[in-house]
Amino acid sequence: MYTFSSKLKTFSFALIIIGLLGVAYGFLSTPSSVEDVKVMLQESHNNHGEVVTTHQSDENAVVESHDVAHSDDAHAEHIFHLLKNKPWSALYVALFFFFMLSLATLAFYAIQHAAQAGWSVVLFRVMEAITAYLPVGGILLFVFFVLSSMHFNHLFVWMDPEVVAHDELIQNKSGYLNVPFFLIRAAIYIVGWTLYRQNARKLTLAQDEASDISNYTKLFKRSAAFLVFFLVTESMMSWDWIMSLDPHWFSTLFGWYVFASMIVSAITTIALVSIYLKGKGYLEFVNDSHLHDLAKFMFGFSIFWTYLWFSQFMLIWYADMPEEVTYFVSRFNEYKIPFLGMLALNFVFPLLVLMNSDYKRVPWFIVTTGIVILIGHYVDIFVMIMPATVGDQWFFGIPEISSILLILGIFIYVVFTALSKAPLLAKGNPFIKESEHFHY
Amino acid sequence: MSSHYEAPIRKPLIDGNKSYHDITVEVAAPVEGKANKLWWTVFLISLAAFLWGVGAIAYTIGTGIGVWGLNKTVGWAWDITNFVWWVGIGHAGTLISAVLLLFRQKWRMGINRSAEAMTIFSVVQAGLFPVIHMGRVWDAHFVLPIPNQFGTLWTNFNSPLLWDVFAISTYLSVSLVFWWTGLLPDFAMLRDRAIKPFQKKIYSLLSFGWTGRAKDWQRFEEVSLVLAGLATPLVLSVHTIVSFDFATSVIPGWHTTIFPPYFVAGAVFSGFAMVNTLLIIMRKVSNLEAYITPQHIELMNIIIMITGSIVGCAYITELFIAWYSGVEYEQYAFLNRATGPYWWAYLLMMSCNVFSPQFMWFKKLRSSITFSFIISIVVNVGMWFERFVIIVTSLHRDYLPSSWTMFSPTFVDIGIYVGTIGFFFVLFLLYARTFPVIAQAEVKSILKSSGEYYKKLRDGNHE
Repeated sequence: MYTFSSKLKTFSFALIIIGLLGVAYGFLSTPSSVEDVKVMLQESHNNHGEVVTTHQSDENAVVESHDVAHSDDAHAEHIFHLLKNKPWSALYVALFFFFMLSLATLAFYAIQHAAQAGWSVVLFRVMEAITAYLPVGGILLFVFFVLSSMHFNHLFVWMDPEVVAHDELIQNKSGYLNVPFFLIRAAIYIVGWTLYRQNARKLTLAQDEASDISNYTKLFKRSAAFLVFFLVTESMMSWDWIMSLDPHWFSTLFGWYVFASMIVSAITTIALVSIYLKGKGYLEFVNDSHLHDLAKFMFGFSIFWTYLWFSQFMLIWYADMPEEVTYFVSRFNEYKIPFLGMLALNFVFPLLVLMNSDYKRVPWFIVTTGIVILIGHYVDIFVMIMPATVGDQWFFGIPEISSILLILGIFIYVVFTALSKAPLLAKGNPFIKESEHFHY
Repeated sequence: MSSHYEAPIRKPLIDGNKSYHDITVEVAAPVEGKANKLWWTVFLISLAAFLWGVGAIAYTIGTGIGVWGLNKTVGWAWDITNFVWWVGIGHAGTLISAVLLLFRQKWRMGINRSAEAMTIFSVVQAGLFPVIHMGRVWDAHFVLPIPNQFGTLWTNFNSPLLWDVFAISTYLSVSLVFWWTGLLPDFAMLRDRAIKPFQKKIYSLLSFGWTGRAKDWQRFEEVSLVLAGLATPLVLSVHTIVSFDFATSVIPGWHTTIFPPYFVAGAVFSGFAMVNTLLIIMRKVSNLEAYITPQHIELMNIIIMITGSIVGCAYITELFIAWYSGVEYEQYAFLNRATGPYWWAYLLMMSCNVFSPQFMWFKKLRSSITFSFIISIVVNVGMWFERFVIIVTSLHRDYLPSSWTMFSPTFVDIGIYVGTIGFFFVLFLLYARTFPVIAQAEVKSILKSSGEYYKKLRDGNHE
């Protein structure tokens, strides 16, 4: 049995408290009115001369025909919205990031069951603990969506009736993009995933004490059913929660691209938690072959992520159709360093470091690469969300860092509490012996 | 992989009470025996089809592409449909030999040899089309970046059709090397058993002096693993590049970002169906039922079911995004597929690809050999129509209504397709009589962990 060390518990509380303070600061430091923004813009005008005029993005290009005073007003209001969105977006990126770690761990867990994998059984309890965050993160996200739909923020522009009234493209999508349907869908996804998670946990705990394998068989079937549900809901979730932030843009690959980002981060998380626990002496049955397999998955899925990233980017760049290409134009122009930097973090680094078979067995190599991969995929989510919500007003500062700390604190608390609730070896699984003797 | 323990609930992969010697004898039997009447009948039919195809190709090249059913609007139809179809079929071989190796699937041992043979023979068929669909076949070498007397006139590397050249030729060469490396110990086995001097000579040449020393085996394993690691990205990239032929364009119905992974999933889907078709027959006629067991067929059916569902998910994604995009042309492209003049092709594709693999959810159906055989053919019909629908329905009605037209194939289009099917079977039938169709060396490596006899022995002792 694992006991949640008081040190780690204190650490997670510290993260939560620091995070909360920083997030509160982020909300308090946003400008309170359009007038403030005007003052701010005036100051930066004086400081930077003409730079600000180039900041006019496509959204306010329409106002060009109006008189200059009006244009200034509209510009200030636009910037005001973006700045107001900043702490919300920072929170949203962090919320989604940690939720996806948990969700994709659940998908990986279900795949391991459905594929009757023999190596990974000793890691099941670690995966179950990571997925314990799923209901918590799901509720947090849902509350966030409810707040968004009540216009506390301006992230999902299609939720704003005023915007929709003037936008024919969004009007045409309102059969899908409308608040009640959006919330119902979100509830279905979250409830569906959580149900499988809770049920799987119950069945594997019951299997520990059982004399036959009926619980295992049930879990096998439910995992297969969950994967079908997941295949569909994951795509829709990515359209709803991320793609709809840019309601004019669309890409058929998007759902699978988000999935690739999710699964590689999740496997990394499994590896990091396992290495932590093994370091503390809790997982004596996990050997370097298990780590080797996890590292291979980190390596393979990093390349898979790059494959999908490239496919989506290249096809849009190549055809250069105006309705699609704006997505990458704004990211390439205003987010150049994160946009290109994440390729180094998510592709080049794991490719070079995890190619060698020996390195994949060395914990500190896996931990180092793992941290880089997690940072890289945080940046990936950041670049998916931020350009749509804060545009060129982005900055990686206190609200962003604090949001990560806050959710990380909650994540650690929930995951390690769940770890201490059950034995770390799923001993009733029919493949457990294979897994304990696993050697590659 | 090398663990000595296997969970009792895993099903055996080699049926019956087989010894190492039994495996050798049974794998060598078709090669050492004589062809029967049935083999000759099928071979001659295939050969006739092949020769008919050769005639159709010669006629095309001699007379001009105008003998095909193409027109000014629909410049690609059966040629590229067949090309993508054959490349797709070829993908299961590499998937079985490479991806399943990386995932340590022991059941691949019984089927990988024939799956790879299928890859190579179908890539050969595929490779014909990019050449013969050219207006000037004799200038085909201009696709290669070779220094020349035109002031080194170079190729433009921006075209996916050029990427196709590199993708397909690399794919064929790597698959061939991968296949041949695996064949060395098996050719050596045939060499050592050969009685007639001519056969001894031939298999000595083919087996490159393999003696099976420990050092050789160790390197053999390492090479297989490295090649599997290289072949996996290769298999993904090859069909991805094939999909780029369409997805990089600006044609509604073609320009969509999901094509790369979705074409790959479709390729695996149709490829596995073809493996199933071939192996269900082969296990019967070559008496290899102990090695290609119902368990193998069932597992392949499960892969067909999974990839079929992924393809189904992609269809729905495309439909949804076409509506969601609000782009009129995109919406019409899909409306035209469902309700236009080719609605029947779309319906056929949907019912064969989306509905038929869903039957595999029922244990009773997926473990039925007859049912699997029928579905495997249905899937390949469906996947042919998928490529046809994507290519033709997107082209025949696009941006300018004044360019709208129809397409219908001529007997030459059909003749060449029939010819490639004939050629494929000529090669496959010759292979089945001269090559060890099961990787006996690999099967022997799992005999004691996954053979039925040994499993029973262990279960009796322990449980």
